Amino acid sequence: MSSRMVKVYPRFERLWHWTQMALIFLLLFTGMGLNGVHAILPFGPAVMLHTIAALVLLCVWIFATFWLFTTGTWRQFIPKMRGMTKVARFYAWGIFKGEKHPYHKLLWRKHNPLQAITYFGLKIFVFPAIWITGILYLTYNFWEEVPNATLWLTVIANLHVLAAWVIASFVVVHVYLLTVGHGFRQHVAPMVTGYDCIDLTPEQEAYLETNEPWRLQS
Amino acid sequence: MRRVLTALPLILACVAGSVSAQQSTAPEIPGSNSTADHSKFEILQKTFTSGPEVTEACLSCHTEADDQVMHSIHFNWEFENPKTGQLLGKRNVINAFCGNVVGNEPRCTSCHAGYGWDDMNQPPPQQSTAVDCLVCHDRSGQYTKLATGAGHPPMEAKGKTITGADAWAVDLSKAAMSVGMPGRENCGQCHFYGGGGDNVKHGDLSSALVMPDVHTDVHMSPDGANMVCTDCHVTEKHQWAGSRYDVHATDPEGTGKPGERRDVATCESCHGTEPHPVNIKGMKLNDHTDVVACQTCHIPTMAKGGVATKTWWDWSTAGKRDAEGNAYSEEEFVQSDGTHLHTYLSIKGNFRWEEEAQPIYEWFDGQVSYASAAQGGKIDPTQPVGINEITGDAHDGKSRIWPFKKMEGRQAYDSVNDTLVYSHVWGPDTDTALWTNLDWGKAIAAGMKAAGKDYSGEYGFIDTYMYWPTTHMVAPASEALDCRSCHAEDGRLANIAGVFMPGTGGSAMVGLLGKILFALALLGVLGHGLLRVFSRKGEH
Repeated sequence: MSSRMVKVYPRFERLWHWTQMALIFLLLFTGMGLNGVHAILPFGPAVMLHTIAALVLLCVWIFATFWLFTTGTWRQFIPKMRGMTKVARFYAWGIFKGEKHPYHKLLWRKHNPLQAITYFGLKIFVFPAIWITGILYLTYNFWEEVPNATLWLTVIANLHVLAAWVIASFVVVHVYLLTVGHGFRQHVAPMVTGYDCIDLTPEQEAYLETNEPWRLQS
Repeated sequence: MRRVLTALPLILACVAGSVSAQQSTAPEIPGSNSTADHSKFEILQKTFTSGPEVTEACLSCHTEADDQVMHSIHFNWEFENPKTGQLLGKRNVINAFCGNVVGNEPRCTSCHAGYGWDDMNQPPPQQSTAVDCLVCHDRSGQYTKLATGAGHPPMEAKGKTITGADAWAVDLSKAAMSVGMPGRENCGQCHFYGGGGDNVKHGDLSSALVMPDVHTDVHMSPDGANMVCTDCHVTEKHQWAGSRYDVHATDPEGTGKPGERRDVATCESCHGTEPHPVNIKGMKLNDHTDVVACQTCHIPTMAKGGVATKTWWDWSTAGKRDAEGNAYSEEEFVQSDGTHLHTYLSIKGNFRWEEEAQPIYEWFDGQVSYASAAQGGKIDPTQPVGINEITGDAHDGKSRIWPFKKMEGRQAYDSVNDTLVYSHVWGPDTDTALWTNLDWGKAIAAGMKAAGKDYSGEYGFIDTYMYWPTTHMVAPASEALDCRSCHAEDGRLANIAGVFMPGTGGSAMVGLLGKILFALALLGVLGHGLLRVFSRKGEH
């Protein structure tokens, strides 16, 4: 077992991540404005920006979903219990004692178990909640004839806002956790360069060196 | 070419003539290119001594005009609402201003589109010459009606005109030879002065519309479309589109095709049902038209152009006298042009005024019912009484959120029979008229007698309100209401039920829950971070 800098975030995934980040920030900013948290933008332009950003993000998600399944990367996001308690204990206790992060990244497991289950939850519950309610919200005029449409719209809008706050909370924790361990820069770097420090088995290392040498740094 | 050259001086003369005519007389009607020059008609080139004489001359060519006008609401002042069955019109209703026509005829019928209607208990005069052609068609700008003459023009400089100006001797011959299609000031000399003065009644109809700037009215401004009333209130056989009793709250037909519709004065009949441009913003705005009337966004304020509207009229305080026992007045409201407006008159009570006034908003399906026309006319004096009531519902598919001027005040009622009362206010020679004698008891008894209604002899005063749909004084698109005027907590439509409006629920439960979650996340990471900092300190 040796620790190597391996390209685990290909260009598309990084592009996806940062586009998504920018769009989510824009959506949170405009959405908060629309809901009275601030009044920096006029309402009309805020609605337009929110709508356009949402449509672009939906496109990004369609591409990302396609990519996740065609490349098999989706497996990275399936939650596994193994090592979960160790990681949880680390964040709740060990971190204050100066312990090292207990999780070592593997080639097909670049997220720690807590990360994986969080991303899984986002992808399976929160993101669908936001885009399903968002699309229904946006297309209200196409279904306004259903009985109690106003009530349904109220429910949908509230779910949309709730899901948005969950995402906002995720962003807070997500950004904070970048400061844990090796530090903020070190944690952001893989999503910029694509290379992260991964524990490789000799077989994996040999395979990469032979077949995909460009994925290995130094 | 020679023909053009010979025609040129003529054209120049015409242009010069029209310019000078504009300066000295009424403004030219845009787009009127009549094939008849009435100043060339011999029958009009004579001295007239009365309005009906002019009408007789008009009818010698316009043979059906009298019959057409006599079937119009302008002449009959009566309207049977086909949907509610209520018998309405000025002849019948009690309003929230001077109350009623009956008993006050020659004063109120001064604005009748005819001559000599001095008894509301009789139909308007039926002889063909009783129609007043000039009040609408005079283009000399000097025809008017006497304030107390049952529709007749002043033939000498005595008294007041219907706009409150000092009367002058009208030159009927000049008026007759000038006739053309009605301009803004033709309609305006009655409709701008309803309720006893400039803009008193409607809020969106005032003398400011004779020559408005674009801010005041984008359609009627000479700097805008320079339209006249009849461009929207289209006519057929002297019947006008547009009713305040049976309103088109929405117009799903739009512009209609082919050509021009002659039955509606709706916004949609020109602008269509999807008036905003086809882009992402325009589509969103078009999404609103199934809920919001055009007027709601496009008339952010009424009583523009420097003319205030009366918003409160308390008749109960009328009748006070000063130390010498005389009627007196107070003029506490200063209009933006510096004019002082009455805030108290012994003959009328207390007033409040508003300029650039914000409308109130209600669901409206176009139907207006009147308390005085309701079965038996019974009212509930324990509540503020709706002189008229509007109906509408979020879910009936035809109602829209409409802007209204809400006129409020206090009015007299029969405190035994619980009905609104008719009052005799005008009558310089009677010993019962309120404005002559300042005695409510006598004025009501006389008014009820004139109206032929039962009166117990006991009266009191009740709080009243009355709705006036706002539809004129459309602002330029750039001044339309901003989204946030409504899409905000405590926005303009805060009282409107039955719709979900994004942006209005900032402090609603779910949003609050979300904010708490977000705050907990922030607190969590802050606490976690602090613990890390302190525990590391401990290590060192």
